[in-house]
Amino acid sequence: MPQVEMDKVEPLLEQYEDQRLNLIPILQDVQETYRYLPELVLRRISKKLRVPLTEVYQVATFYRCFSLVPRGKHVIQVCLGTACHVRGAPRVLDRILRDLKLPHAGTTEDLQFTVETVRCIGCCGLAPVARVDNTNTHPHLTQAKVGGLLKKYQEKAEAPKAAKPDEASHAKA
Amino acid sequence: MLKLKSPHEIKELQLCLEASETTRPCISVCAGSGCKASGADNVIASLRKELEKRNLAGTIDLKSTGCHGFCEKGPVMIVWPEKVFYNGVSQSDAKDIVASVMNGHKPVEKLLYKDPNTGERILHEHEVPFYARQQRILFGNNGKLDPKDIRDYIKVGGYHALGRVLLDFTPEQVVESVKRSGLRGRGGAGFPTGVKWEALRKSTVHPRYIVCNADEGDPGAFMDRSLLEGNPHSVIEGIIIGGYALEAKEAYVYVRAEYPLAVEHLSVAIQQAEKAGLLGDNILGTKMSFRIHLVQGAGAFVCGEETALLASIEGKVGEPNPRPPYPVQKGLWGKPTVINNVKTWASVPVIINKGADWYASIGTEKSKGTMVFSLVGKINNTGLVEVPMGITLREMIYEIGGGIPKGKQLKAIQIGGPSGGCIPASMIDLPIDYEALTQAGSMMGSGGMVVMDEDTCMVDVARYFMEFLEEESCGKCFPCREGTQRLKDILNRISQGKGAEEDLELLDDAGWMIKETSLCGLGQTAPNPVLSTLRYFRDEYEAHIRDKKCPAKVCRELIVYEIDETICDGCHACVRVCSSDAILGEKDKVHEIESAKCIKCGACIEVCQPKAVLVH
Repeated sequence: MPQVEMDKVEPLLEQYEDQRLNLIPILQDVQETYRYLPELVLRRISKKLRVPLTEVYQVATFYRCFSLVPRGKHVIQVCLGTACHVRGAPRVLDRILRDLKLPHAGTTEDLQFTVETVRCIGCCGLAPVARVDNTNTHPHLTQAKVGGLLKKYQEKAEAPKAAKPDEASHAKA
Repeated sequence: MLKLKSPHEIKELQLCLEASETTRPCISVCAGSGCKASGADNVIASLRKELEKRNLAGTIDLKSTGCHGFCEKGPVMIVWPEKVFYNGVSQSDAKDIVASVMNGHKPVEKLLYKDPNTGERILHEHEVPFYARQQRILFGNNGKLDPKDIRDYIKVGGYHALGRVLLDFTPEQVVESVKRSGLRGRGGAGFPTGVKWEALRKSTVHPRYIVCNADEGDPGAFMDRSLLEGNPHSVIEGIIIGGYALEAKEAYVYVRAEYPLAVEHLSVAIQQAEKAGLLGDNILGTKMSFRIHLVQGAGAFVCGEETALLASIEGKVGEPNPRPPYPVQKGLWGKPTVINNVKTWASVPVIINKGADWYASIGTEKSKGTMVFSLVGKINNTGLVEVPMGITLREMIYEIGGGIPKGKQLKAIQIGGPSGGCIPASMIDLPIDYEALTQAGSMMGSGGMVVMDEDTCMVDVARYFMEFLEEESCGKCFPCREGTQRLKDILNRISQGKGAEEDLELLDDAGWMIKETSLCGLGQTAPNPVLSTLRYFRDEYEAHIRDKKCPAKVCRELIVYEIDETICDGCHACVRVCSSDAILGEKDKVHEIESAKCIKCGACIEVCQPKAVLVH
């Protein structure tokens, strides 16, 4: 488990009033900052908002956006909405998992990739689709395209400064 | 933009904006999520580069607009003032497009829409068959506006309805108009909006809250996303009018976290509306003060259910609560609350502008106005479609949707997401309205319409939805939590060829039990996909159970892959793509699949050009 940089917490918490309704937005910010919800941070939030830790934990484990273990550098969201399902998404997902040697959706050992399934990102016209890092949507996927898709991000992971993130993959796959 | 100080100033600003309208040509590119995924950002960048290179930045305007709905053909764009419609545009076309504008608008032939039946090129968007049958009263402005510029919305008459309401309507009159229009909730259940509003007005408790449900969780539905991305001000205007009618001071818009672009555009729009004096204290110089807060969901399907959504806004887990009390009695923080869907709110300004009677004249006896569907799945023209209520499924599928790809047979249409059901091809002349769909064992839902052809296995579809619902069931009540699990287990068994005859009875019994005893709408409608497929496609279930066969050749345990040696040309493509080394044979010699190793992933079928891979 990586060391938690606690100094990022206070500035983040200061943006919010200490109200229960801010619990989920705070957790979302923490998730984005740390790529997971570290226990120490959850304890701090519980104290600050005066919400029992059990309830913070309850919220943190109820919603799909949150993770209690670190996620990979690149998060691949494979859409399993109905349109993607009937156009072959389960096979694309299996292929991605096989290629990354993951037994099921989750994070690779080297923390490079997290594979998640989502139920519809609303790009049904381009099914099947996967979205990487919340911004780059890859349309009309086939099993044959999976290799290239993974390679694109693997290479980037090795040389992070070389590519601009937003140029990544808007090109027609 | 300057702050508007009275309702009259909206009209003045509109006239002013119209007058300053230039006759400059404008290339407006769709930058909705669909077109972005197809490369719209790159197209916009290269158009900008081309304009700069030719020193035309001040001569030709370039604009990013909201979703046009025809996602299949993206990126799409319209070149004004000729309104030439281009589809499937790529980066390299920028040069030709700019050149064509400069050369007297001679259209770029290859980018015009080609009618698949006649082969004819079509010049304008409204002449494309996909659009020709639509009546786009909510989505019509999407392709004209820059969603990040409030002036664009005001220019097409935006906030005009709000101005009128503040000047000429009492709150009761607004409620009366909405009631008379016959508008029903567009989120799925179809409860009459005016009746809901009236119920809230009966309460004397303050403060009251307004909530916009933009937690569009149904897989296969994305119209709320498109509206928020493409025309966020239309939703905001509806909510402010609602605030006036219901005498509320605060509203919450709950948007799915999976829609980052919608969140961005909506928050920009709220800020602009605040600056323009349309939100905040004393809006447009009146006594009304009103604020809109944006809340992001955190990934829970059940939060689309209204009581669960309210719990989520309060910072709790999204678990539903029994009704009554209904939110109009006891909602957010125990106060009276009206919750309506994105499209319901966006319909309000239309009703005010065009009149309740005009709105009520569209549609059928009990379902008024237009409905937006996302037409997806095995259909030629996928995208968003806005049609008057009462249109038949046949018109949707064959006239607007352009039929089923690859000459396949239509099998079923799944309407209403996981809460809906599958309607068989034999009922294709069914008119689409709330009552007709419910009677057929489906429901309007939020308007997802997934088309299925002969290659779709109905047992697999039912299994898919149960897997989804089991995962998304919040676990609070027993029938939904355990029931969805049991249904999924039985369906898994059947799709593996291990089903027994009595399983069908069990599915039916358990399905009805879950419907009748679950706490919230999720559980009460969860068995619909199973019950409706049982009702219309029992023979497919029986084939899986009795003959151990999947007629659509989908269920992996019941199929075998084989290579037809008379067709195989030994190209080796399948060998390269096979990840389980199950295909034998050297290049240029006939290949063979080793059944024991084959994991039936179907990769070989994807790549086999001569179509030699067969499935039994």
